[in-house]
Amino acid sequence: MVDYSSYLNKSIRFILETILTLEKLNKRFGAVHAVKDVSFEIKKGNVYGILGPNGSGKSTTLGIVLNVVNKTSGDYRWFGGTIETHEALKKVGAIIERPNFYPYMTAKENLELVCRIKGAPFSKVEEKLEIVGLSERKDSKFRTFSLGMKQRLAIASALLNDPEILILDEPTNGLDPQGIRQIRDIIKTIASQGTTILLASHLLDEVEKVCSHVLVLRKGEILYSGTVDGIIANEGFFELQSDNMTDLKAKLELHPAVDSINEEDNKLFVYLKQALEAHELNKYLVQKGIYLNHLVKRKYSLEEQFLQLTNNK
Amino acid sequence: MKRLLQIEFQKIWKNRASRILTLAYFIILTFIALIASIEFKIGNFELRIADQGIFNFPYIWHFNTYVAAILKLFLAIVIVSMMANEYSYGTLKQNLIDGLSKKEFIQSKFLIVFTFAGISTVFIFIMSLLLGLSFSAYNEIGIIFSDLEYLLAYFVKLSAFFSFCLFLGILVKRSAFALGFLFIWNIIEGIIIGTLRWKVFKDSDNYQYITQFLPLESMSNLIKEPITRLNVIKNIETTIGGEASLKDYSVHWYSLVIVIAWTVIFMLMSYKILQKRDL
Repeated sequence: MVDYSSYLNKSIRFILETILTLEKLNKRFGAVHAVKDVSFEIKKGNVYGILGPNGSGKSTTLGIVLNVVNKTSGDYRWFGGTIETHEALKKVGAIIERPNFYPYMTAKENLELVCRIKGAPFSKVEEKLEIVGLSERKDSKFRTFSLGMKQRLAIASALLNDPEILILDEPTNGLDPQGIRQIRDIIKTIASQGTTILLASHLLDEVEKVCSHVLVLRKGEILYSGTVDGIIANEGFFELQSDNMTDLKAKLELHPAVDSINEEDNKLFVYLKQALEAHELNKYLVQKGIYLNHLVKRKYSLEEQFLQLTNNK
Repeated sequence: MKRLLQIEFQKIWKNRASRILTLAYFIILTFIALIASIEFKIGNFELRIADQGIFNFPYIWHFNTYVAAILKLFLAIVIVSMMANEYSYGTLKQNLIDGLSKKEFIQSKFLIVFTFAGISTVFIFIMSLLLGLSFSAYNEIGIIFSDLEYLLAYFVKLSAFFSFCLFLGILVKRSAFALGFLFIWNIIEGIIIGTLRWKVFKDSDNYQYITQFLPLESMSNLIKEPITRLNVIKNIETTIGGEASLKDYSVHWYSLVIVIAWTVIFMLMSYKILQKRDL
């Protein structure tokens, strides 16, 4: 008989393997409390997005776990806390804010230096330059690169050691549309290969497109932590229009699922407090003798949810 | 250690300005040999420097290490700008993110400091040996290899000076300001020494008990000027003053200890600064 239970245990452990744990992390810069009691866990295989307006503490939080900013209190552990931070970072690929390289060295030389630091073989250099499409420019000095190329070189550098997790802080900042597209495609490719990714960004569609989990930060505090589906899963709202708007509004107010109604651009926006399908609403209105010209059911996008979350508190 | 040195050498050698300065330093060092060909003509009196005994063993060890130490500023600029660049390029941050620990980073920088000092010492040793063998009046093995403590002092002096520069680079983050600070510090030491000498301890040499502990002063105390030790100068002194002044030119163990202590202090403070600072 095959012992399935041990096999199952192994795969469960694999699925749940924790890469990074943060516990009540705090950072103060003088009077400014930049990171407040931030706790979360990064599990292997997921793609996480950290959302937050500028100055919300995203980069500071990443800086702390990356060993460049000193924490005020709290704790963080890489890979279950079994190894020292700088050893753990050799298994991490990270880019912070802007690409930092030696301008007088070529792309290849810069990556070789990173190989020396991380203890990766030089053979990785060509391989990773290929992935980000910089093979032809490998012998050009870093200072001659455009911002898009610098950012792609940074990604190549972060990939050199085939990292367990890739941390990207605003990877498309300041890029032109082509550049943004290139970076996004690279990230998607990497994510599809099963690499864990932590992506800090304030570009919400970016996060919505590539991430499975999301953390929302505001003024150093976590407002939401969970799946992307969880944050956009909501009852949604309807856009309605008919010939007699006042009658429509009066009838809608009687429906038990309706929370509130707004009139805008000669349309009624109907917000719900419980689930209601479009065909049910339509049927209800027909029974009341109202025929619609326009019926759309919509859900909040991540952007709308995010703005609500960050504005309300 | 080999890994850290490789990392650091790549950073310096690929930078054109650093490369040129380092090469210039060693080329100019070899020009000390050219002193041999200096000749004065005063009327019918001919004076050839090489014949005045400056290349005699063991005096040559003293003379060459003293003159060579003047050129240390070349490498100091390389070291300060190498450190300041790490800040301005943001590569210090990136190195740490890539998995270098702060300790390893400081270690790699100080390894370079000691390597520079070591290579300079070996260079001066070989050059002085060759010069001495060609010009020295004494060629017995015992004499050739006496007074080698000047080489040790030279190594310690360069290590301490470069450590000071590296520390300033880490502290100030900008190469121009760090070198400016070095210059200002030199003046401050001058003022302290002057005040103690002519105001506090008038008419005595007691000021030296305090001033020997100042960083730059302690470094310059290691190898005292060799000029007045020359016979020509001594002859002039006797002619003018009646007798040659008695001066102690040797390298003292306590001077070495003070300078080594400063080197350790600069290393520890550099590490502390790096540990405390948010990048």
